[in-house]
Amino acid sequence: MVRDLSTTLCGITLKNPVIPASGTFGFGLELSGSFDLNVLGGISLKGTTLEPRFGNPTPRIAECEAGMLNSVGLQNPGAEALVRDKVPALRRIYGGCIIANISGFAVDEYAACSKVADGSPDIDIIELNISCPNVHGGGMAFGTDPAAAAEVTAAVRKATSKPLFVKLSPNVSDIVAIARACEDAGADGLTLVNTFLGMRIDIGTRKPVLANRTGGLSGPAIFPIALRMVHQVSKACRIPVMGCGGVARARDVIEMMMAGASAVQVGAENIRNPYACKEIVEALPDVMEELGIECLSDIIGCV
Amino acid sequence: MKEVTFTVLENAGIAPRTFWMKLSGDTSGIRGSGEFVQIALPGKFLRRPISVHDCDWDTLTLVYKVVGEGTEAMSAMRPGDKLSALTGLGNNFDIDACRSKALLLGGGVGAAPLYLLAKELCAQGKEATVVLGFNTAEEIMLEEDFANLNARVHIATMDGSAGTRGFVTDVLRIKNLSYDYFYACGPRPMLRAVCGAIKGPGELSMEERMGCGAGFCYGCTIQTAGGPARVCADGPVFKKEDLIW
Repeated sequence: MVRDLSTTLCGITLKNPVIPASGTFGFGLELSGSFDLNVLGGISLKGTTLEPRFGNPTPRIAECEAGMLNSVGLQNPGAEALVRDKVPALRRIYGGCIIANISGFAVDEYAACSKVADGSPDIDIIELNISCPNVHGGGMAFGTDPAAAAEVTAAVRKATSKPLFVKLSPNVSDIVAIARACEDAGADGLTLVNTFLGMRIDIGTRKPVLANRTGGLSGPAIFPIALRMVHQVSKACRIPVMGCGGVARARDVIEMMMAGASAVQVGAENIRNPYACKEIVEALPDVMEELGIECLSDIIGCV
Repeated sequence: MKEVTFTVLENAGIAPRTFWMKLSGDTSGIRGSGEFVQIALPGKFLRRPISVHDCDWDTLTLVYKVVGEGTEAMSAMRPGDKLSALTGLGNNFDIDACRSKALLLGGGVGAAPLYLLAKELCAQGKEATVVLGFNTAEEIMLEEDFANLNARVHIATMDGSAGTRGFVTDVLRIKNLSYDYFYACGPRPMLRAVCGAIKGPGELSMEERMGCGAGFCYGCTIQTAGGPARVCADGPVFKKEDLIW
């Protein structure tokens, strides 16, 4: 039997729900020589700001039990380079859903950056990153307060006519309140979750492992928490959710979709296995057969 | 980049906490000296980047120092054990940049990637002079290996227990070495001192904590004269004039 892996996000059909998460797959181009990217349902590009950014000093990466910390700090070439160079180059080799991840430090800046992205015909979805834990005075600050989240969502809503997803931070006490605020402010969908703020100390040198002291925790360690949040938010909101956090195998994709995700992003697993997304897509039909699933979209939110 | 399952043939200590590991498997993804491989280790989330020490058509040799839990786990591997690695990562030493006489400078386990480089230079009929620096005589490694390639080898030790007392740059100061291009790998302070001491052209292999090792996570970026550069994909080998200290 032919298994149907397709799913839809705001009217856009994806051939399958597997999407490398922002920051774990560059601009796609870096991996174009490794495998045919067209096996992917979508690609969420590296977080982009209006102006180019170098990011944080190194070390930016730390090993953890069942995961990793990163404090890259939004290194990117800026919005102009995104729409002029990166996205057109990716579109030449990739026919799936291209998601531009937009970040910033002020409401006006988020809106201006989104306006630039809006001008690219090759960008299918704008993912508003209000949850980066590695930059000061922006990023996560907008994702931890419902009023601030609503304000930036509303401003970006005016700047683009493209489907707008807001990527939420898990570093909050009530993620449903933030999700509802974004939905009410005009978001077409939600991505959750970004990384959890964490820290490691080198017990030999008595110094933080990361130059930025703290970083975002991702990997299998966070999967159950991300899953719980996807479940809560998808029950409370009417807009679609992209589930993200610790997904490492085809079974995790199924679990995320049962929790309510319409599509599923794979993050840290790419860092240790660049072929992870391809392998997950290839493994999905067998897992569906084992579980008696004919059409993957049938299981969205079944729990 | 290529994912390869290697089999451990040998994994023996050659200096304190320093191991020589020979692997058999598909080495077709490895282009030459300067590159590294990313090794998956049981129980560790991220792979560990280790430079290519030597390579032929079906074996890969790594020389590595135990610096943490990952390399500790690596040192416990035995002949017959399987090991997954991504090969073909990083750029290469530019052997054509040397006209006829090369100077190779290694600090500690930084000597490891210079061995394949010396082999490549010798195969082109170029002369290689190798200066290796260590803390003390018992840490000396690979001296005979370089000598067997007909390279002239000079040793420096911090405590003076062998060779010249001091740094590799002290050897340069004392001996009148003849070369038209240099290659260096070692701890950052050594590389910085080498750049200050040598007026002529050369290139250096940098080390940085890495995530993916393949250029897409941007975890190992340094600032260079040409802008931000990923040590894993734009390096690890950089021209002297591109590095900012």
